[in-house]
Parts: sequence; structure tokens; C-alpha cells
Amino acid sequence: MNSVWLIPLLPLLGFLIIGLFSRFLSKTAVGVIGSGVIGASFVVVLTYLFPALNGTLAVTSPGFDWITTGKLNISFQFLIDPLSVLMMSIITGVGFLIHVYSAGYMHEDDGFKRYFAYLNLFVFSMLLLVMGDNYVVMFAGWEGVGFCSYMLIGFWFKKDEYNNAAKKAFIMNRIGDLGFLLGMLLIFVTFGTLTYTEIFSQISDPNTSIIQENAGVITIITLLLFIGATGKSAQIPLYTWLPDAMAGPTPVSALIHAATMVTAGIYMIVRSNILYSLAPETLEVIQIIGLATAIFAATIGLVQNDIKKVLAYSTVSQLGFMFFALGLGAYTTAMFHLATHAFFKALLFLGSGSVIHAMGGEQDIRKMGGLKKYLPVTYWTFLIGSMAIAGIPGFAGFFSKDQILAHAYEHSTLLWTLALIAALMTAFYMFRLVFLTFFGEFRGTEHQKSHLHESPAIMTIPLAILAFMSVIAGWVGLPPAIADMLGVTADKFGGFLSNVIYPVNNDTAHHALSHAMEWALMGISTIAVLSVIAFAYVTYVSKSVRPTKEGEHAGLSNMLYNKYYIDELYHAIIVKPLNWLSGQVYTLLEVKVIDNFVNAWGKGVNSGSKSLRFVQSGNLSFYLFLMVIGIILILLFNSSII
Amino acid sequence: MDQILFLILSGLAICGALAVIFSKSPVYSVLALVLTFFSIAGHYALLNANFLFIVHIIVYAGAILVLFLFVIMLLNLNKEAEAKQPILIKLAAFISGGLFLFTLFGALKGMDLIITEKAPSTNIGSVEVLGQVLFNDFILPFEISSVLFLSAMIGAVMLGKKDLKEN
Amino acid sequence: MNNFLNLSNSLNNYIILASILFAIGIIGVLVRKNIIIMFMSIELMLNAINLLMVAFSVHHGDPQGQVFVFFIMAVAAAEITVGLAILVMIYRNTGSVSIDALKKLKW
Repeated sequence: MNSVWLIPLLPLLGFLIIGLFSRFLSKTAVGVIGSGVIGASFVVVLTYLFPALNGTLAVTSPGFDWITTGKLNISFQFLIDPLSVLMMSIITGVGFLIHVYSAGYMHEDDGFKRYFAYLNLFVFSMLLLVMGDNYVVMFAGWEGVGFCSYMLIGFWFKKDEYNNAAKKAFIMNRIGDLGFLLGMLLIFVTFGTLTYTEIFSQISDPNTSIIQENAGVITIITLLLFIGATGKSAQIPLYTWLPDAMAGPTPVSALIHAATMVTAGIYMIVRSNILYSLAPETLEVIQIIGLATAIFAATIGLVQNDIKKVLAYSTVSQLGFMFFALGLGAYTTAMFHLATHAFFKALLFLGSGSVIHAMGGEQDIRKMGGLKKYLPVTYWTFLIGSMAIAGIPGFAGFFSKDQILAHAYEHSTLLWTLALIAALMTAFYMFRLVFLTFFGEFRGTEHQKSHLHESPAIMTIPLAILAFMSVIAGWVGLPPAIADMLGVTADKFGGFLSNVIYPVNNDTAHHALSHAMEWALMGISTIAVLSVIAFAYVTYVSKSVRPTKEGEHAGLSNMLYNKYYIDELYHAIIVKPLNWLSGQVYTLLEVKVIDNFVNAWGKGVNSGSKSLRFVQSGNLSFYLFLMVIGIILILLFNSSII
Repeated sequence: MDQILFLILSGLAICGALAVIFSKSPVYSVLALVLTFFSIAGHYALLNANFLFIVHIIVYAGAILVLFLFVIMLLNLNKEAEAKQPILIKLAAFISGGLFLFTLFGALKGMDLIITEKAPSTNIGSVEVLGQVLFNDFILPFEISSVLFLSAMIGAVMLGKKDLKEN
Repeated sequence: MNNFLNLSNSLNNYIILASILFAIGIIGVLVRKNIIIMFMSIELMLNAINLLMVAFSVHHGDPQGQVFVFFIMAVAAAEITVGLAILVMIYRNTGSVSIDALKKLKW
């Protein structure tokens, strides 16, 4: 059997074993099985990663027929090419580290075994999503991760607000999924197939005129698919579920809402890049929404006081950056940022988990401070992660963000300025978080202070590994300026993915930036970032400005703190009318029409039998009379008279 | 000659039947029934069914009607008056009976008239022939009918016994 | 008794006669309330059938019809026996032989 099947099957096996036999397994066994299958899956992925890196990957697609009706032929097949291998490595690699971390973090929880089962199921679904060779398998994985996200956000189901958060996530995902489904339908109607290779070959074949016939349709298809992506990857307007999703355990936030699930939308768009390259209007829309989300979420993150909420808005903002890159047509750049973001965002979330663990469950940064004395490993890894996300030269985030900014500058200076502003805000709120949490005097209670301790090795080792990756992962995507200086190939990452991106015929001449321009851009952004960090340092450490307490926000900061009241807006515009409508349907339709209809049958039978029972009069002559009538009727109907 | 015989016997049978259902006293009904049975036996003789002629008279007139008379005597029904039936029910009964008759005649109308000449084969109804058929082809029903009689006798005795407890 | 038989064209007559007797029997069952008269009407119906079967058997030359009549007579005898025994029991329990006395099996 092709070893490709092992990759998704191992997590599925883990899910089944833990799910079915949890009663017979100890917590340690569950932890070992749960992490072990992901680790084994990662090893199998590595056997595909190394050939891919050497450029010798044989693109294989093993599978079986799944749905065949009429003209619809969908097969359950996998497509192993550099893009999917990249995603698989991230999922299994980062997933493995998070599983190991969870074994330590969730150790005291009662639902430990259920947690690992869900996590394994999630990894399985996510692998399906990235490994499928047609949109249907991707959609199956898409739904699977949505479901697992729901189960894991509402993991501690005894609290109502966590359940509400889970429902909110699921429903908002669903709204996006409608767009995805419609897009898939339209693809099938236009191209007659849902398999990637078949669709893309139809388009790139110079002999067919599909593109000319269906120019408008392709724009609609791409827009619909993008709507699906906004739901899954938390862009405007379907982003409000992600901050609420912080109700789940912290490793869940790290895995699902930072590294993997929310990147599914970006993966989908990169996979369909040929369609998007043919629809410039959609690309414009994606640019605008991505950039708007990046700035919007960053502004909200400036004043949040929950450590996880800051990271959540940071995730939304970084995803906005990735979509912005996609909208500029820079698909490999977006993937590059996706990969580096997976490392440092997972690192930041796990680090925050370590802090929360040390603080005994406290998440408010106003009650923290000076933790770098007590949590040294956590502090250093968190600092590395923050430097990566802020874009300090040398770390991973610098190179990926720099590529995005360079592409933005090629399009227009305005876009570059706005993107730079968003990047600066990122730096500011991240370091605000770092300074308020780790520097200064401890502001919590004495009880919490006595509790402070560094996390056990099972939690700190994954942190260290992720920190290491956050440093070195950027060096595969060197910009041309530095690469030429060092004498190595530029943007090896882009080269790795090059045969997934289809060149488009009407590509406007790509103005490559001159080296001088590149140095200038890098210099400006670095200086700006460093000055913002210095400003943050001055504010929060030297001047010891403390975040305002609850109820004391005013004006602009109040609006930011309350997330621009978007949630309340959605509630008033959408939720309340829907509830009203369903109430109306209940009283008018359900009670009056349907209930009466159903009851009428019962009442009818009742009254019918009440009248019919008088036939049983007990009078024998009557019975005999009826018998004779019956015989006469039989004779009449059988003879030739009637 | 035989037509006249046929008509007389038929008339007697029908008059007897009408008398059975219309007479007030049960005893008169039984006696009319006797007349009917004898005329039907006469029909059997006309049809050369000798064995059945004898058996009919023995079983019906000799046993069944005697049984009827016994029960009537036992229950002392001679002068008893029945409850009056409402006219509507009598009318309904007559109409349904008449309907039945007309249905049968209507069914007959659809049939071809059976006018084929058939030479009467002589000894069909004689004892020998019937005995042959009865004891060769119908031996099983014959034996089982003896069991039937046994059970009828037992049943009648059981049903007729007075409850010994009521003393 | 063997020679003055010419019933080839009188099978219809026998059918008509049997039908009339049967219909009279039905009317008797429906009109009268006395259980004994009802029994007698049932006997009348059975006899009509017997007559019909004998007529057909002679017409077709098949003695099986007459054998069947023999069995019908046997069964009728057994039936009357048991029926009259039941009638006596009813008279003992309800004191009348009218069919209206047995009205308990109702809704």
C-alpha cells in the first residue's frame, strides 16, 4: 500500500483507539498514543518532504472512486505536490509539538482523553483538506475541521458562554461554507469536473475557449470561494468568532486558530491560483478586505487586556496580511508568511499557555508583571516569538513580512504605507504585551505569586523547538538584495512552490524592484519597528503606564476596547430578526397549521370510530341481514349483470 | 307425464316452504317442513336417485324433524307468541330476499340455456354405483364423518346436562 | 322408476326451483325471531342446495354429486344436534327462545 495513506490514517487510528477504548487506557497511554500517531505521521511526511526539497518529488495520486452518478465522478484521491507536502509538514510537525505540550498542559483535566481524541480527529480532517485532489475531498476536510473546532472550543461544556462561543464559530463557518458550496457547484457547471488537475488543465490549454466564454463566471466562482475563505480564515465580515474562540484550551487555540485551520482559506486560494489570476476584480476585493482586516484587528488589539485576546486579534490581523498578499497576486509570499506565522504564532500561544498555567488560570495582563524572573524559558521563547512577529531583522517574520511589503510597494505606495502602519501596530501591541507581562513589578495577588513556577519540560521543550524554527524558518525566503549579497539563490521558498503556481498570460510586466529600493524599504521598516518598540518600552516600562481598568475607558479607546461594537451590531441586525422570524413561524405555522393537521388525523379516527361502533349492536338479525346483503353484492359484482 | 309430476312436486315444496316461514305456531311450521321434505324426496325419485330418496326420508323426516318436535315439546312452545317485528325490518328482509332471487335469475339469464339432449344413464343413483364411488374415492371423508358424529354426540350430551351443583 | 325421465330440458327448471327455495329460506332466517324457525329455514336452504346438486349430478352423469349430497346430509344432522342442544341451554339461561334475548355482544 502506498505510504501516502498512512499520513491521514494514523491520526484517524489514534482518534478511534482513544475514542473507543479510553476507559481502558491510562492518561499517559492516551498522551503517548495521541502524540505518537502524529509523530509517526510526521515521519512519513518527511519521506515526501526531502524528495520535494530536492525537486525530485514524483507527483502521485492514489485513490478510489467515491461518488459516481451521471456526469458526476468524484474520486477520493490525494494529490502530493510541493504545496500539499508543505502544508502536511506544518500540520504534522507543529501538531506533534502541540500534542506533546498538551500532554503536559491538560494533565489535570478530567477530559484529557476526550481532548486527545478530538485533536487527532482534527489533524485527520486537516490532512484530508490539504491532501485531497479535488474540491469535494477538500470540502470534506473543511467541514471536519469546522466540527472539531466546535468540539474543542466548547471543550469545557459546562459553561454556557463557552458553548455560545463554539456555536458562534460553527455558525459563522457555515455561512462561509455556503459560499464555498456555491462556488463548487458553479465550478462543476462550468468545467464539468471538480478535480484540480482537470480544471486547471482545461484552463491552461491554449486550444479551448473556456476562458473567453466564461469570463464573468470565473469572477463569480472566485468570489464565492473567497466568501468561504473569509468564514474559515476569519476575515471581515466573518471574523468575530475567532476572539471568542479563545474560550477553548490554549493548545487548541495554538493549533487550530493559529497554525492550521484558519490557514485553510489561504491554502484553498493558493491551490486555485489559476482561477484567481483570471479574475482581477476578485483579487482587488481580496486586497481590500485583507488590508482592512489587518488594520482593523490591529487597532482592536492595541487595547485588549486578555493575553489570549491580544493574540487572537493578532492572528486575525496576520491573516489579513496573508490575504493582502494573495490579493496582490503573490501566492508564494502568502504561503511563506503562512508557514512562518504558524511557527511564531503557535509559539506565542503556547507561551501564553505557559504563563496562564503559572498564574493558575489568570489571563488578565493587568494582574501580571515581572514574570521574567520566574519563568525564564517562557520569557525567552515568548520574546523570540514577539521579535519574529514584529519583523525584527534576522527572525522569520521579518523576511515574510518584508516580501509582502515589497510586493505592496510594487503595486502602489499607498498600499505599502497602510501595510506598514498595520505592521507597526503589530509590533506595538506585541511588545506592549511582552512588557506588561514580563517586565516591571508583579501586580497579582500574593497567592498567585507563591504559585509562580516554570512549566515542566514537557511544555518547555516544544516552546524551544518552535522558537528555534521561528528564527531559522525565514532564511529560505531571502529577498534578492540580501541573497545576491550572500551569493545564494533568492527566495528558495518561492522556487519550491513554483510549479504549483500557473503563469498567467496577461501578466502585467512585473516591475522588479531594484536592489537599492529593496534596501531602502527594509531599512525604513526596520527603523520604524524599532522606534515603535522603543516607544512601547518607554510607555510601559519606564513610565509604567498601566492599562485602564474596566469601566474607565473613554472615547476612542472605549470603542476599540469594545471591538467597535461589531458583535452588538451583528446581534441587532441579524440575530434578533432571525429569532423574531422563527418565533413567528412557530406560532403561525407550527402550532396552527401543522399541529392541527396532525391532530386532525387522530381526532378524525376517533370520531369515525365513535359513529362506526354502533354497527356492533349485538342484534343477531342485523348481522344476518348484513351477511345477506354482502352475499348479494358479491354475486352482483361477479356475475355478468354489473 | 313427468312434467306434470314435476310441477305438482314443485308446487308442494314451495307451498310448504312458505308455510314454514309464515305460520304462527312452531308445530305447524314443523309439519309444513315435513311436507316440503317429502316433496323434495319425490324430486329425488324423479331424478332416479334411489339411494338418496331413501336416505333423505330416513335422516330428515325420521330424525331431524323428530328432534325438532322433541325440542318444541320440551320447551313447551306451542302457544307462545313471538315479539312483533317492526314492519320496516320485515320489509327489509323481504326486499333483500327478493333481491337475492333476482340476482340469481339475472345470473341465469347470462347463461346459455341448457337444452342438450342427454340420454339418462340408468343406474347413477342406485345403491351399487354410489356405494362403489363412496367406498373407493371418498373413503376418508366417510370415516371422518363418523368422528364428526362422535363429537356431535359428545357435544350434545355435554351441553344438555344440567349442572349437578345446583341442587 | 327408470323410464319416465326426461329432464334434459328441465335442468333450468331445477335451478329455478332450488333458487326459489333458497330465497324463501333466506327470508325465513331474516324475518322470524324464533330460533327454532330460523333453524328450520336453514335446513330449507340446505335442502335446496341438495336438490340442485342431485340435478346436476344426474345431468352430468357423475355420481360424485350425489355422494356429496350424502355428506351434506350427514353434516346437517350433526349440526342440528349440536344447535338444538345449545338452544336448550339458552332457554335454560335466558328463559326465551327469541333471538333478541342474545344481545350482550355489543359495544
